[in-house]
Amino acid sequence: MIDKLNNKKNKIYLNILLAVIFAIIIILLDTERIGDNYIRRILNLSAIYTIVSVSMNLVNGFTGLFSLGQAGFMAVGAYTVAIFTVPLAERAKIFYIIPQNPVLAQIELPFVIALILGGLLAALVAILIGLPVLRLKSDYLAIATLGFSEIIRIVFTNAKSITNGALGINRIPPMPTMWVFFGVAILSVLLIWLLINSSYGRAFKAIREDEVAAEAMGINLFKHKVMSFAVGAFFAGIGGGLYASLLASVDPKQFYFTVTYNFLLIIVLGGMGSISGTVIAAFVVTSGLEVLRFFDEPLTLLGVNIPLFRPGFRMVIFSLLLMILVLFFRNGLLGQKEMSWKLIFDCFNKKKPRKKTDKGGTAQ
Amino acid sequence: MSILQINNVTMQFGGVTAVNNLNIEVQEGKIEALIGPNGAGKTTAFNVITGVYSPTKGNVVYNGENITSLTPDKITKKGIARTFQNIRLFKNLTVLDNILIANHLRLKSNFLSCTLRLPWSYKEEMQMRKKSEMLLDKLGLLALKNEIAHSLPYGEQRKLEIARALATDAKILLLDEPAAGMNPSETMELSSFINTIRDEFKLTIFMIEHHMDLVMEISEKIYVLDFGQLIAEGTANEVKNNQRVIEAYLGVEEDA
Repeated sequence: MIDKLNNKKNKIYLNILLAVIFAIIIILLDTERIGDNYIRRILNLSAIYTIVSVSMNLVNGFTGLFSLGQAGFMAVGAYTVAIFTVPLAERAKIFYIIPQNPVLAQIELPFVIALILGGLLAALVAILIGLPVLRLKSDYLAIATLGFSEIIRIVFTNAKSITNGALGINRIPPMPTMWVFFGVAILSVLLIWLLINSSYGRAFKAIREDEVAAEAMGINLFKHKVMSFAVGAFFAGIGGGLYASLLASVDPKQFYFTVTYNFLLIIVLGGMGSISGTVIAAFVVTSGLEVLRFFDEPLTLLGVNIPLFRPGFRMVIFSLLLMILVLFFRNGLLGQKEMSWKLIFDCFNKKKPRKKTDKGGTAQ
Repeated sequence: MSILQINNVTMQFGGVTAVNNLNIEVQEGKIEALIGPNGAGKTTAFNVITGVYSPTKGNVVYNGENITSLTPDKITKKGIARTFQNIRLFKNLTVLDNILIANHLRLKSNFLSCTLRLPWSYKEEMQMRKKSEMLLDKLGLLALKNEIAHSLPYGEQRKLEIARALATDAKILLLDEPAAGMNPSETMELSSFINTIRDEFKLTIFMIEHHMDLVMEISEKIYVLDFGQLIAEGTANEVKNNQRVIEAYLGVEEDA
């Protein structure tokens, strides 16, 4: 039966079927016929994490730049949405200690415009940071981007008349539907996928594979690195803007540099250089962290209270799962491959001899 | 007419002089070679020409234009492409992708129109693919276009690296030890391959090589470098009988 499905026409039908099932599930969730607010919130968060992780994979996995600045760029997008979409009437209640900057206090923008503006500002910040930083390589680049991400957060903590400092900004209008999050996520992933499969995407991959050879082939390394970095930051900014509206509030603590590690985790698990792997990992990790909350609750088994089950224990389990995954799937879920029906069918099809893997990544 | 001139180039790394006052004029349409014992400074000379190093003294002139201070990507754009001593392909990408990447420098569309697949960008991409496939076809690599580069046999990888350099629309190819690690029959094949592409693409070829039979057979002029110093230049026969060249390769007898 699997052989029958494994042709081009049927694969298109399968794709359509999958898209329809996905749409129906979201519609059912969205109209509150299934699930509850908790599930909706986790799924929306997963969609946001997908955007930011895929954007990070563009920089880290496809261009080969070890950058850890994603939380900072998210913060730029989040604050832009927060500053410009809170209704004017509410502003005074939020900025009650230090009044808002008089110019900003008069501007209110529609969500879509604020979101795009947030992305553009994040890209602008990335270009400014990238000019000095992208001359560095590997670990040094990671440290420098991490540092800049913290600088952004600290600037936001102290620019009180713009960001309301450590108090943060709340009363951000909520989104009426899940489609905002999922629509933007689908569009972002699609755009990044198109970029990666264009001539510019190939140039990014060439830089990842071999900088010296890429430059010898006429690729301007610096220009392309800045470009990848800025596009990555743009989508991180978009993700940040959605994050602000999902939580309805922003404050600097949400963008502590440890947030970046979540995304790093997702792209390493999904596969550096695999978009579909990143999408899957974003949903698995985000919802996985919630499912594992079970371990944080006290557990009484046959009248005995199991002492391990207490707040924080889920992170121990989570770390163990991670270690197992990294030990046995060193290239992540998909490595540099993309999910396709062929991959799934080949997995089920035991008749064909399995292709030899020469990149020591799979379990023996 | 000389297409590439290296004028009084000196390259020093700290106290070490890798190349000392080197003068080379590569003639258009010729195959010329740079030889010399290990550590003579041949690859350093290549790195100076391609902009990897900027020389301590002297300049490099291509087609009457001073290209000394340009970066490697700009020099490639002008029409000088190179291969590497230890193959540097984009290993995890396909053969076709390797060639397409070398076409990127002539791309006119900006990244937005490429991403959005706007009609003119799409057309340019299709032309690029067609051109790349034609090049692969000419060099006999078309059947391998969807193979991952590092899975090719060694000889084919060498060939692909030359193909990739050609795909940049180069006028001069700098080949850094193209026959390294090849057996005699592969070397013979390579020599006819180099001759063919020179004629077909109207190229100038400047190469570093250790296989003397290859160098003697195909190069029209040979430069000999020893300890960064040019010690001889001329045709294969002239160089072969030059006393200083023999000394550089075989050493000097002490008892004289």
